[in-house]
Amino acid sequence: MGSKTPLFDKHVEAGARIVDFGGWDMPLHYGSQKEEHHAVRGKAGVFDVSHMTIVDLRGDRAGEFLRQLLANDVGKLKDSGKALYTCMLNEQGGVIDDLIVYYMNDTWYRAIVNAATRAKDLAWIRQHAADYDVDVSERAELAMLAVQGPDARELAVPCIDEEWRAQALALKPFNGMEAGDLFVARTGYTGEDGWEVVMPAAAAPGVWDRLLAAGVTPCGLGARDTLRLEAAMNLYGSDMDETISPLEAGLGWTVAWEPADRDFIGRGPLEALRNDPEYRRFVGLLLEDKGVLRNHQRVVVDGKADGEITSGGFSPTIGRSIALARIAAGDYDSAQVDVRGKLLSVRIVKTPFVRNGKIRIEL
Amino acid sequence: MSDLPGDLLYTSEHEWLRREDDGTVTVGITDHAQASLGDLVYVELPEVGQDVDNGGDMAVVESVKAASDVYAPIDGNVVAVNEDLADDPEKINSEPYGEGWIVRIQPAGDIDNGELMTPDAYQALLDAEDG
Repeated sequence: MGSKTPLFDKHVEAGARIVDFGGWDMPLHYGSQKEEHHAVRGKAGVFDVSHMTIVDLRGDRAGEFLRQLLANDVGKLKDSGKALYTCMLNEQGGVIDDLIVYYMNDTWYRAIVNAATRAKDLAWIRQHAADYDVDVSERAELAMLAVQGPDARELAVPCIDEEWRAQALALKPFNGMEAGDLFVARTGYTGEDGWEVVMPAAAAPGVWDRLLAAGVTPCGLGARDTLRLEAAMNLYGSDMDETISPLEAGLGWTVAWEPADRDFIGRGPLEALRNDPEYRRFVGLLLEDKGVLRNHQRVVVDGKADGEITSGGFSPTIGRSIALARIAAGDYDSAQVDVRGKLLSVRIVKTPFVRNGKIRIEL
Repeated sequence: MSDLPGDLLYTSEHEWLRREDDGTVTVGITDHAQASLGDLVYVELPEVGQDVDNGGDMAVVESVKAASDVYAPIDGNVVAVNEDLADDPEKINSEPYGEGWIVRIQPAGDIDNGELMTPDAYQALLDAEDG
């Protein structure tokens, strides 16, 4: 038996098919993954993401510490509740994890890291925090729900105490706030508007019930994966890992190169790679033929087997198969993918595939 | 738990077979198999006229989650494939024993190869997998 979130019984009650995910018993879907996917694109869905690891970092030098630990620069964060998406790199410039860090105040930051990488992340953070006298506390007693979709905020706002509602609805993308016992942020992993809400474990079942009663669709990890793939949001362990740099995973935009004297971990090897014109590119693929692209299938560009699909699947919004892939450097418009011995044609497209309910690529 | 149609034979790979009056055999995947796969999005069918060998690859069913091979449950020749699945693979989810059939085979000989299961035997297999 795996670990259970405070909502496990609620998932079973809602008819979830439970699967193991990084040691957690999590809902894969509640009947139809595709219907859950469409609910998020068209109205609102709720995901239990309590398995994710919340880490509070406190100390006078917390900001200074994170400016060394993370490839993006928390020095950009000035307003309380402001979020930053970043990679945490090893000395070789490989990705230990991707995470969101919130600036709460000058002596308190909150990081949300992946469940599957929890132990190594905490060990790495603690190892480096010691030099800065920063306290690292895992907040395992907190639960987290992601409410996502065009109607998500409107349907979820009654779950917040009245005095905070107007302020919560006024939050701009990638900003959060404390609202009594809750922490509400306008973030997500679906390409839709919505909130991620952190709360005490005891409050989670009540919030879940209210959301479902309001017409929010319970959604499992299956829909979460197809939604994030359409939004071209990376999945740790599939699209990047410790042997892959953020530049080769399409995450160059998250690396803060300026100021040039900020010596974050992994900077040296990453700068060397940035100056190498041959580093591998991370691209979106649209399948022109019938079939489904899957992780690890070989991509053939210019007649050479020179790439690999890192995340592939069927896009319920587009009705065709899409993928993220790492391929050789170069300007390519098309390629082929080896699907069970057959070479199928794919178009190389600019991502995201889908954002805010709309298809963003030409079909 | 779903009821298994009593007039079919089953395989350990979660396929079903129906003996038709004309001597052919219709093959599909079971309700348990479609539920495990989740929403189907694509089915790769064999060519009509193609020979199939017991245990060999015959078709591929792909769901939002994964691709899964469908194995030929007997030796024979493909006499028909369910073309409707090209546009509507979800028929396998909604009617696995009816409109969601996959292939019709002309058996090369006696289909009773000792590996096919009665509904009761297949139910016992499902119960054992759940346990």
